[in-house]
This record gives sequence, structure tokens and C-alpha cells, in this order.
Amino acid sequence: MTAIKAKTKTNASVKARRTASGQQWVTGIILALGGFLVSIPFIWMILSAFKPEMEVMQIPPTFLPHEFTLENFTNLFENMNFTVYLRNTIIVVLCSFAGLFLNAMAGYAFAKYQFKGREKLFYLVLATMMIPGQVTMIPVYLILNQLHLTNTMAGIVLPGLVGAFSIFLFRQFMSTIPDELLEAARLDGASEFRVFIQIILPISKPILAVQGILTFIAGWNSFLWPLIIANDEKLYTLSVGLSLLKGQYGGNFALQMAGSTFMVVPIVIIFMLFQKHIIEGYTISGMK
Amino acid sequence: MKAINTKTPYLFIAPALLLLGLFSLFPIVVALVISFTDISLEGLGDWSMIHFVGLENYIQVFKDPIFMKSLFNTLFYVVIGVPLVIVCSLAIALLINFGKSRIFRAFRVIFYMPSITNVVAVAVVWSYLYNPQLGLFNYVLNWLHLPPVPWLTDPNMSKVSLIALAVWRGIGVNMIIFLAALQGIPKTYYEAAQLDGATNWKQLTKITLPLLRYAIFFVSITTMIGWLQFFEEPLVMTKGGPLDSTTSVALFIYRNGFQLSNFGYAAAGSFILFIAIIIITLLQFRLQKKEVDY
Repeated sequence: MTAIKAKTKTNASVKARRTASGQQWVTGIILALGGFLVSIPFIWMILSAFKPEMEVMQIPPTFLPHEFTLENFTNLFENMNFTVYLRNTIIVVLCSFAGLFLNAMAGYAFAKYQFKGREKLFYLVLATMMIPGQVTMIPVYLILNQLHLTNTMAGIVLPGLVGAFSIFLFRQFMSTIPDELLEAARLDGASEFRVFIQIILPISKPILAVQGILTFIAGWNSFLWPLIIANDEKLYTLSVGLSLLKGQYGGNFALQMAGSTFMVVPIVIIFMLFQKHIIEGYTISGMK
Repeated sequence: MKAINTKTPYLFIAPALLLLGLFSLFPIVVALVISFTDISLEGLGDWSMIHFVGLENYIQVFKDPIFMKSLFNTLFYVVIGVPLVIVCSLAIALLINFGKSRIFRAFRVIFYMPSITNVVAVAVVWSYLYNPQLGLFNYVLNWLHLPPVPWLTDPNMSKVSLIALAVWRGIGVNMIIFLAALQGIPKTYYEAAQLDGATNWKQLTKITLPLLRYAIFFVSITTMIGWLQFFEEPLVMTKGGPLDSTTSVALFIYRNGFQLSNFGYAAAGSFILFIAIIIITLLQFRLQKKEVDY
């Protein structure tokens, strides 16, 4: 069809189209170069992770590993405590999903119920978004210390369990669900909690997917709070373990690159699989 | 219609509100109170060791040369970093939006990637790239017959090196926001402009950029707040050094609070940061309003 259109048009428009396609090529090339530059740290990290320690120290550096090895990775799990760190990180991620559920509940109540103080409480929730982490960091530590929760998993997980932004997004999404649907379920005798579980949550799948992925990423990457609260290596997450590794094995870059690769690659895979949802989630949340 | 139990909504919001209250709202009060005391590690065990010291912490912190240095560093990060992030992410968003083919969607993913990856992993990798002897960057400079750069060891250069890393990480999110805003501009504006024979450059400066004003404002506010709290990169990569040249206010607070256990002193520092963030944000809103008037 485009071919026919092109034929019927004048020479000038063909020319315009050619310059347009030329511009497209230039744009593509600039972006490809930029994209390559942006990816260099990742490429270098992954390639170095599979080199033996000797090869990483070599000058001039090799691009592809001459001698491909998995030694660095086995080293992380056999001689460092990466198995423990991995387990802790997974616990943190699972707990943050419980937090997501609490956020969804709160978002639902703010969206679908009329109750006294609803507006004021919601503004209070939004206000917490503006408080910088540095201000609450010390008091939260002191509060947890008073509750005897420092150096426990609960202390690591509890402060980050719910988030105002997540509640806000759930509320935005759930306020679009028609009331008739809820009335019908109530007439059938469903309890309020059942309405939430069996009707609201299944309808909210898109927003749950977006927030689920973001929750996973945040949990997997959690660093500062575990660093502050955990004194015992048994409670370290992968990020904390990795920063410890950097301190202790500062010279062994092959090992550090393996640790970094182990942290980054799962996120990259998840991101690749779900990138459409994540980017859409950001566009919804970013502009409203 | 069956009447809904009036308690139900409160049950739904209770867990989230309790947690937010305990770990977000209440701590503000605690921070303010302890910033007027000399609470330290001893005070934690024995409350009788805590004394009210009035504004002493605030006065001391302004006399602290390291705090002043961290204040200066943080301003440096904001002044250099924020415009860089905005310009880079806007330029990339414009280029991606300009592309018609599906391949351009892949670029979204590539440029977004750094912002979701773990900050520690990223800092570890960049420390390797910045390594004076073994690092890739100095190797490439050497290959181009340029002198090596003391990336993290020189007090002036170290700030720039950290900014480079943070810009790399910061582009993704802002680029996505710009892309969303770009897609919201009606195509008819451009069609009309093309009929009038407007060049691409004219279309960019007369249509796109003015219509992106709100997105640019939003991005600059959030980016600036983010950079004022600049923290993890210097913590992992340089620990604030060399000679405190990369210590940010946030790192100063962390160090005083958790390494030196001067909780009251650190809380005073954190309140100063908080107030600075509020003032700068309000100032930006004021400037934005003035622009609209014209």
C-alpha cells in the first residue's frame, strides 16, 4: 500500500521521505552508540566475572575471557557466606510481598469506602512520601532498639513493609472498579474481606503485576536498612554481603565482579521479561 | 442494600497506617526531640544519661568543618548533577521518540537498565572501571595516548567521578517520564507545523519543549530532592574520601549516627537537610509560577 501511495506522490515528497529515513538512521546510530557506552559497565562486569583472578589483573586487559571459569561463583558460595545472604534476601523479598498485600488493602479502603476522616488520613499517608529517609533513619533505629528488634529479621523488614506511594497507586486503580460489582457480591452474602480477595484482587491484576515486580526489585536490592540493623553476618542480605566483600577482598576484582553479576543478572532477566509492564507502571505513576 | 459495618474500612487501613505512623510520622517527632539532646550510645541503655542541650547541636554542626565540607559537596553534586541528568535524559527521550521503528523500543530498555540495578553492585563495578592501574577507563585513555586520570584518588576528580556514575544511573527513570510526556503531545500540532514548513528544530523549540514544561519541572524537582540526599554511591565507593571530598550531608548524618553513635548530633544534621530540601523545593515552585505569569 505504501508503494502505491509513494508512486502517486510527487518527487518532492519522495525526497522528503528519503531525508526522513536518513534522519531515522542517524538517530538510530547515535542511540546505538550511546546504548553501547551505557552498557559497558555491565558488559565488563559479566566478562570479568568469568575470568580467573590472574587474568583480571592482566595489563593489557583481555576483552573475552581467555580461560573461561566458574571458579569465582563457586568461591562465593563455598568460601563466602553467599548462601546465607541469598536466603536472607529471599526472606526480605517474600516479606515485602506481604507488605504489598497490606498496601492493596489500604488502597482499596481509601478507594471504595466512605468513612469518617478518609480524606485527612489519606493526606497523612501522602505526607509521609515527602519525609527524607535521612531524617527517619536515626529515630527508626532508636524505636526498633526500644522494641528489641535490632539485629533481627523483623527489624530489617518492618520499616519498609508499607509505602505511601504504593497505597496511592492502588487507590487510583481501584477507584475505577464499578460499585455495582461489589454490591452484587455483597447481595450474595460475601463478607467484606471475601469481596476484597475474590473480586478486587483478581480485577487488579495489572497494577498488582507492576507493583509486584517493583517490590521484587526493591527487596532484592535492599541495602541501607539491613546494613544499619544487622550486626550479625547471619542476617546480611546480598547487597550488604557484597559491600563487605568489596571491603575485605578489595584487590580481587574477579570475585567482586562475580558477586555483582549474581546480584544484577536476576534483576536484568526479570526486567527484560516484564519491562513493558514496569515502564507502563512508571508512566502511570510518574505523570499523575 | 445491606449496611456495611462501619468498622470495616478502618480494619482495612489499620495495618498500613500503624506501620506508616510508627516508622514514618512518629520518627519525625522523635528526630526533632532528640536533636535537642546529647543522646548517644550510653543514653540508649540509661535514659538518665540523656540531657537537654537546647540548640547546642545545631550550633556545633555549623561549626563542624566536615559538615560545612559535606554541605559544599552536596551543593556541588546538585549544581552539576541535576542539569546533567535532565539534559541527558531529555535528549535521549527526544531521540527515542523521534524514531519510528520498533527497534527504538529496545533503546528504552537499554537506557533504563542502570537505574534498576543494585547500587552496591554498580558501585563495585565502577570502582573496578575507575581503578588507576587495572581499570578499563585509564586503559582506554592510555590507548588514546592521553594521560591517566586519578578517578577516585584526587579530591577534585572524585566528586566528578561519582557524578558520572550517578548520572549514568539517573537517566533511566527521567527518560521514561519524558517519553510519557512526549507521547501525550497531540500529533496534530506537528502536522500543522509541517504544513507551515517548520523545520525539525523549530518544531522542537516552539512545540515540544514548551509543552514539556511541566514534565521538566516535575523531573527537576524530584531529581534535585534525590541529589540532595545523595548517599549510597559515596558510601560504597569512596566512604566519603579522599579527605572528605565526596562526603555528602546524608553520609555525614549516617556516619555521625551509626558509626560515632552521636544520635542527637546526627538528628540535628538531618533536620538541617530536611529544611534545606523544603526551602529549595518551595523556591523552585515559586520560580515555576513566575514563568507561567509571562
